[in-house]
Amino acid sequence: MQVGKPTKESTARWEHFPHGADIGVRGIAATKEGAYEQAALALMGVITDPSRVVGRRVVVVECEAENRETLLVDWLNALVYEMAVRGMIFRRFEVRIQGNRLRGRAWGEDVDVARHEPAVEVKGATYTSLFVGRNAAGEWVAQCVVDV
Amino acid sequence: METALLNRVSEFEWKIEPHGKMRVPAVLYASEDLIHDMDAKVYEQIVNVATLPGIQKAAYAMPDAHWGYGFPIGGVAAFDPEQGGVVSAGGVGFDISCGVRTLLTGLKSDDITTVKQTLADALYRHIPAGVGSRGLLNFTDSQLDEMLDGGAQWALRMGYGVEADLDRTEERGRMLGAQPGTVSGFAKNRQRREMGTLGSGNHYLEVQRVVSIFDEPSARAFGIQLDDILVSIHCGSRGLGHQIGTEFLRDMVMQAAQYGIELPDRELACAPIESPLGEKYLGAMRSAINCALANRQMITHLVRRAFAEVVPKAELIVLYDVSHNTCKVEEHKVDGCTKRLFIHRKGATRAFGPNHPAIPEALRSIGQPVLIGGTMGTASYILVGMGESEKRSFSSSCHGAGRQMSRHQATKLWRGRQLIDDLADRGILIRSPSSRGVAEEAPGAYKDVTEVVEVAENAGLSRRVARLEPMVCIKG
Repeated sequence: MQVGKPTKESTARWEHFPHGADIGVRGIAATKEGAYEQAALALMGVITDPSRVVGRRVVVVECEAENRETLLVDWLNALVYEMAVRGMIFRRFEVRIQGNRLRGRAWGEDVDVARHEPAVEVKGATYTSLFVGRNAAGEWVAQCVVDV
Repeated sequence: METALLNRVSEFEWKIEPHGKMRVPAVLYASEDLIHDMDAKVYEQIVNVATLPGIQKAAYAMPDAHWGYGFPIGGVAAFDPEQGGVVSAGGVGFDISCGVRTLLTGLKSDDITTVKQTLADALYRHIPAGVGSRGLLNFTDSQLDEMLDGGAQWALRMGYGVEADLDRTEERGRMLGAQPGTVSGFAKNRQRREMGTLGSGNHYLEVQRVVSIFDEPSARAFGIQLDDILVSIHCGSRGLGHQIGTEFLRDMVMQAAQYGIELPDRELACAPIESPLGEKYLGAMRSAINCALANRQMITHLVRRAFAEVVPKAELIVLYDVSHNTCKVEEHKVDGCTKRLFIHRKGATRAFGPNHPAIPEALRSIGQPVLIGGTMGTASYILVGMGESEKRSFSSSCHGAGRQMSRHQATKLWRGRQLIDDLADRGILIRSPSSRGVAEEAPGAYKDVTEVVEVAENAGLSRRVARLEPMVCIKG
C-alpha cells in the first residue's frame, strides 16, 4: 500500500486502499481539515509521487455541500477539475472549513511528464467507500474511491 | 462469487430469482470459473440494479463483469419510460461512450516488420497520450457546441476523415438528441484542449496482427484475412464525459428522494426518464457520446498521418466503431410486445444480430462487428452479433477482459520498465510516458480475454470472428 508517512511534527498521513479496477484514497489527521488535506495528497499519489512536485503556484478552490462526505467528494473533484483545466499537479494543501463551506489552497506546478512521470489521470472522485469521521484512535479519516 | 447463491440455468447462464426489493431477476452469463473469479460485489450490484423503477425482463451481467460504481462493469439494463423507467448516470459511467474503433490498413505483417520501431515512434509522436497531453486545437465555446452536436460528422467537416468513416460508425457518427446547452461550463472547459487525445488508464492505441480466423464468411465480409495488420483505438469522451458523469451523479443523488426513488447505493443515482433532470442528463450524455465519436475520428486522422509518413502504401479504412458506456433508445421485444426502451450498457457492447436496420448495409446480412479490447500482452478479438442475443441480453455482449487485480497489486508484482523489455522480446513495442502506468496495466492484471469471448460465444451473446495480437501499443 502506498503511503504518505507521518512526520515528527504531525501524525497526519495518507494512504491508498484497493478497489477492483480503481483505487481508494484516504487521509488521516488530528483534525477534519487535516484529513481533507491528506486525502488530497493521496489523490496526487495516484498520479505521481507528490514529493516530485514543486509548489510554484497556488490555486484557490471553494465548495459547499450538505454534508461532510459530499464535501470531500466535491473537494477532490474540484482538484481534478483544476488539474485538468490548468494542466497542473499539486504537492501541498491547506483546507479551512466553516459549516458546509470549504476553502482550500493547493500549491503545485505545471505537469512535467519527464519529471513527474504521471501514471494515470483521475476521472473523478466517487461515493464508493466514502467516509468522513473518526477512527478508533480518535483521528479524523477522510476517504473514498477515485475512478481512473 | 459463490455459485451457491445462483440458480444454474445452463452451462453459461446463472440466475438470481427476485427477492427483497428486486423487481426482476438478475442473469449472469459466465462459466463456472468466471463466476468463481467474479467479485462478490457484482452479485450485490446486479441485484441492486434489478430494484430500479421501470426495469424490464432482467438485469444482466456479461462474462467480463466486475465491481463498478452502482452498476457492475459489464452490466446491461433496459428501462421503459411508460412504466416510470429511469436513466442512471452511474449506469452509463464516468467515461461516457468509451469505445473501440478498429481500422483496416491493407497491410500484411511483412509490410511493417522492418519499420515497426519507426511506426511506433511516429504514432507516439502524432497521438497525444497520457496525463497533461493536449490536442491540436483550443476550442472556443461555439466550436465546442458544434462538436457536441455533430460528433464525428463535425470532425469530417473539419477535415478529419472521409465520408466512408461514418458508414462504419454507430449512429453514423452523430448521436441525435444531444443538447450542448445542458453541458456545464466546467465540462466544456475540461474538453477545450483535449480533443484528439487518447487519455490514460486502460486506454490505448494498438497496431495488431490477425492471428486466427474463426468464422470465414464474417471475416470476409469485415475485410479481414489472416496476417492482416489492423489498428485499434480504445478511448472515450475524455474530461468532458468525466465531468458530466460527476455532476449528474451528484444531482441525481440529491434529487432521488424528490422523485420518490429509493437508492440502495448512492452510485446507482438515477432520475425518471420523463423528468427535467432525466431529460437534461440525456441531452448532456448524448453530447458526450458525440464528443467521444469526434475524438476517435480525430485520432483516426492522426493515425493516418503517422502511417502516411512511415508506410505510405497503407490505406486505413474504418472497420467499425462501437461504444461500450452508453444509454441508447432501442426497440426490443418484451413479453411479445415491441417496446421503446432505454438500454444502459456499462462496460458492455451493443451486439445486433443479422438484418438489424442499425447495421451498415454492407454488413447487415452478417451482423454487427463487436470489438473486444484485450491487453497489451495478450490479444483482442473481433466478434459478430447473433440474433439470439436480442432475447438473451437486449442484444449486448462483453467489452473486454475485465480487471482481476487492483492497480496496487499490479505495481507490486510488475515493474513498468521490465514489462516493456519483456514485451519487446516478444516483438510487442510499448510507447508510454509512464512506466508505472504500464505496470498498472500489466497483462496479468486482467482476466483471460480468451475465456471471456469463448463464454460470450457459448452463451449466445456474440460469435468469434478473429483473434488479433498486438505488435505496437501506445499507452497513455
